[in-house]
Amino acid sequence: MTTDSLETALRGSSTDPTADLAAALARADAEGLVDVAYAQTDSPIGPLLVAATPAGLVRLAFQREARDDVLEELAERISPRVIEAPARVDEIRRELDEYFDGRRDHFDLLLDWRLSSGFRRTVLETLYAHVAIGHTVSYLELATMVGNPKASRAVGTAMATNPIPVVVPCHRVLRTGGQLGGYGGGLPAKVRLLELEAGDQTLF
Amino acid sequence: MNPPPFQHLLDAHSAVLHRFCLAQAGPHHGPDCFQDTVVSALRAYPDLTDARNLRGWLFTIAHHKVLDHHRATTRRPVPVPDVPDRVSSDGPVVDDDLWVAVGRLPEKQRGAIALRYLGDLPYADIGAVLGCSDAAARQNVRAGLAALRQEVSPR
Repeated sequence: MTTDSLETALRGSSTDPTADLAAALARADAEGLVDVAYAQTDSPIGPLLVAATPAGLVRLAFQREARDDVLEELAERISPRVIEAPARVDEIRRELDEYFDGRRDHFDLLLDWRLSSGFRRTVLETLYAHVAIGHTVSYLELATMVGNPKASRAVGTAMATNPIPVVVPCHRVLRTGGQLGGYGGGLPAKVRLLELEAGDQTLF
Repeated sequence: MNPPPFQHLLDAHSAVLHRFCLAQAGPHHGPDCFQDTVVSALRAYPDLTDARNLRGWLFTIAHHKVLDHHRATTRRPVPVPDVPDRVSSDGPVVDDDLWVAVGRLPEKQRGAIALRYLGDLPYADIGAVLGCSDAAARQNVRAGLAALRQEVSPR
């Protein structure tokens, strides 16, 4: 055998790591080494990325947010032990499926709020707790609900930086007078969610 | 540089790490070496201070898992064949004959050959994994190839 063909033969072996990798990650998860688990899930508003820590759902991202940017943000802000682990987010995906099918009017998920803090977090938690499906509020009304009616601009910022959209329903926050305002997932997604929650009647 | 999401390492390197472990430790023990490598790497990852050469870091861990395995098997009182100690016939995971021959090389040559041709690492990284200079790593690859050329029949 010439050196060249020997080297080619040495390089040529290939194995399938899929099963062993799955086994390794199951072991790692059992040892508590998977700090952030994520998976992609399909929805009527496009593919969504969902990410969870042991404390709960921590991030939901629309397709228009680059997947690598989202994962790098999670690695930097939470832990670099970020692993694609669909089994760990099964429950989240199931509830989202039911919601998008019109079979669920609220979420029973644990939420990990750590990616928002201070006033923004207060606003998001208030929104999550008090603005139910089928209802909308204005930025001003939400600012009033958190006891700071002059802060509607800051409320807008809180909505724009919502780490868990759809579940924390920033799509239910509109401009005074009913104009749509903005949406991180794009306005068509906001309209679609509001239509879905209204029982698929066309609202706009 | 912040360490990237661990999944990026798996996407980029798990296939080569896997065949490295299987070629080095055989089809029975290779999967354990591979799994141990992934679990150990994930455990140590948040404390990693230098995230510049993650591929080299992963192969350092894998190389040590393989060495641990070889030491464990050679310490057994029952005589066992040279490494890889058991080559199963269930599925041609790697070029068996060739890698059995690699398994008979001295430890440094065996490691150097595997890191070079399965890990596709530069000589400086091979040296870092094996604890020698890159010139010595290059020499080990050359000597390993020469020995293999003697042993493996042309095909």
